[in-house]
Amino acid sequence: MAITQPTLTPEAAAPRRNWQLPVLLGPAAFWLFWFFLVPLVVILIYSFLTRSATGGVDWIFTFDNYARLLSDPIYVTILWRSVWIGGVATLICLLIAYPLALFIILQPAQWRSFYIFLVLIPFWTNMLVRTYAWMTILNNNGLINSFVTGLGGPRLTLINTEGAVLLGLVYGQLPFMVLPLYAAMDRFDFRMMEAASDLGANKWRAFLRVMLPMTAPGIAAGSVLVFILSAGNYIIPALLGGNKVTMIGNQLELWFRTAQNQPLGSAAAVLLMIMMVGGVIIYFRTTTEDDR
Amino acid sequence: MARTIAVELASVTKRFGDVTAVDNTSLQLYDGEFFSLLGPSGCGKTTILRMLAGFEYPTSGSITIHGREMGHTPPYKRPVNTVFQSYALFPHMTVEQNVAFGLEMKNAPKAEIKTRVVEALEMVRLGEYGNRRPRQLSGGQQQRVALARALVNQPEVLLLDEPLAALDEKLRKEMQLELKGLQERLGITFLFVTHDQEEALTMSDRIGVMNRGHILQVGNPIEIYERPTSRFVADFIGETNFVSGTVCELHGNIAAINTAAGQTLRGLAQQGVQVGQPVTISIRPEKVFLTPISNGTPPTPPSKHMNAMPVQVERINYIGSDTRIIVRLHDGNTFDVWESNTRSTLDRDEYWQPGEAALLSWPEENALVLTE
Ligand SMILES: Nc1ncnc2c1ncn2[C@@H]1O[C@H](COP(=O)(O)OP(=O)(O)OP(=O)(O)O)[C@@H](O)[C@H]1O
Ligand SMILES: [Mg+2]
Repeated sequence: MAITQPTLTPEAAAPRRNWQLPVLLGPAAFWLFWFFLVPLVVILIYSFLTRSATGGVDWIFTFDNYARLLSDPIYVTILWRSVWIGGVATLICLLIAYPLALFIILQPAQWRSFYIFLVLIPFWTNMLVRTYAWMTILNNNGLINSFVTGLGGPRLTLINTEGAVLLGLVYGQLPFMVLPLYAAMDRFDFRMMEAASDLGANKWRAFLRVMLPMTAPGIAAGSVLVFILSAGNYIIPALLGGNKVTMIGNQLELWFRTAQNQPLGSAAAVLLMIMMVGGVIIYFRTTTEDDR
Repeated sequence: MARTIAVELASVTKRFGDVTAVDNTSLQLYDGEFFSLLGPSGCGKTTILRMLAGFEYPTSGSITIHGREMGHTPPYKRPVNTVFQSYALFPHMTVEQNVAFGLEMKNAPKAEIKTRVVEALEMVRLGEYGNRRPRQLSGGQQQRVALARALVNQPEVLLLDEPLAALDEKLRKEMQLELKGLQERLGITFLFVTHDQEEALTMSDRIGVMNRGHILQVGNPIEIYERPTSRFVADFIGETNFVSGTVCELHGNIAAINTAAGQTLRGLAQQGVQVGQPVTISIRPEKVFLTPISNGTPPTPPSKHMNAMPVQVERINYIGSDTRIIVRLHDGNTFDVWESNTRSTLDRDEYWQPGEAALLSWPEENALVLTE
């Protein structure tokens, strides 16, 4: 193909483009249409309908669902909790992952993939199993408490707290922060640090003025990923937060399955998505095209 | 002439594991001079620059800049700036922000930064490009930004590591002139690393020729070219012919040498050359004469201070300004002769023909007797 290309005129290349587009984009377009766009439209429509007495929907148009979500203190609390827990989890992940990724990138090349491999080890087992493991560690008579009470200490309330949920989220999403940061640092030319130092910047100022802005796309990508995965998480708040730390994911489950209020659940899902899209837009605004 | 010493390296050695990159080297740079380090790849040029900048510290020996011992002073506290071969411009900053960086690190007042950045950009003729990003500039323009970014800090010494290597031939020639002009105007000491000998010869006040971690010879371009003190320097700078032999006689600074082919040649001897010593004679191809031998006439040297030997013309290469003639000596070795094309003529039939017999001769002071 590379050999024939130079002789091709634009007109001659046109038929090729005719089949390239459907063949290359077809599977993705099919997938996105049936499994993303159609359900999305259904959710969007449902969010403006009324719950029927039997738990289905009545085709009566209303803004009530949104009004309830944004006015009922219970729901506002849940939404707000999802945002702040997601945000704090993202921040903690960033504070752990940045030095970790920096450490890995500074190792000799043959060791780096080994450390990345270590970072990815948690992915080898199922998320549910790993979260159960945390439950047995944090339970009222779990590992930590048996140890503490064995030494004569008081029984600690660890499980079913916001702290436990944060711990679980950070633990679960850390690799999603490490990987984009590692990729950004891999692209970073460390000779830039020498240039900064040559121009009078000590290590800290060189980091702030040169390395941090140049790895910002990695920070943004990792943060968007971790925030989305945390704020909308279901398993971790359910298992480590019990019914004390309800997040939006748990509430959605309640509406769709137990309470049979699909319109209200749909409206919450739409709100959640608007928040996420907002995050992605901020990401695209703060990074220029060739940073990514 | 008593001149202030800007930089002094005293017995500096740098080892990386088993590799000795710089070996017990001493060097002095004078204030305001354009000094070039010239040498083949891997000889330790970059290592010397990096030790001056503070990116590496010497394994032993000392480095002083204007009398101040550098020791383990970190790069950001040294009065030097570097122009990197890769330019290392900050891609997330505009040209202006790049140039302002050094002044900001020194916490200069905002107004002063502004005027000095403008001046620096004017100086490298990039006044209009302040708001561009480095990647929106050509290679030569990026090169000039790197230069402005370093010079705006008014360093005591500017270190340049093959700054022109990435540019094409024509642009490189332009930048050579521009750099030299800037250096003369600003009077800042330049330490310029290159492995391009022509570049070093045209730009430098003095040149240090390096090989394998040693500085073999320091001198101005004329000294380096006309009076190399070692076989390596003679060979590395310009082109030359070597004939080896043994010293048989010494008259003042002229030595007579017996060659393996049984001839006696004379040449300018360095101090310390002794009778019986094995030596190499270096003769530059443009410093010899080639004269025709008319049929059967025995070759006679034009004067008794001339070395002469009969040769046979083997190949003639016309390269425009010169004609390069390869002749074969009687011992079977070849020898290069360059003749300037001083006449403008298209007729080459009158010229040397392959196979022709000729007399190769040169004044004895045109040959150098080298001991190493
Ligand atoms: N950080 C390092 N670790 C190990 N060896 C090194 C290091 N830096 C340089 N060397 C070695 O030191 C020697 C001199 O290197 P240097 O970079 O100074 O050469 P140079 O003269 O600048 O060559 P070039 O013209 O190719 O740039 C080389 O043999 C090189 O391999
Ligand atoms: Mg080098």
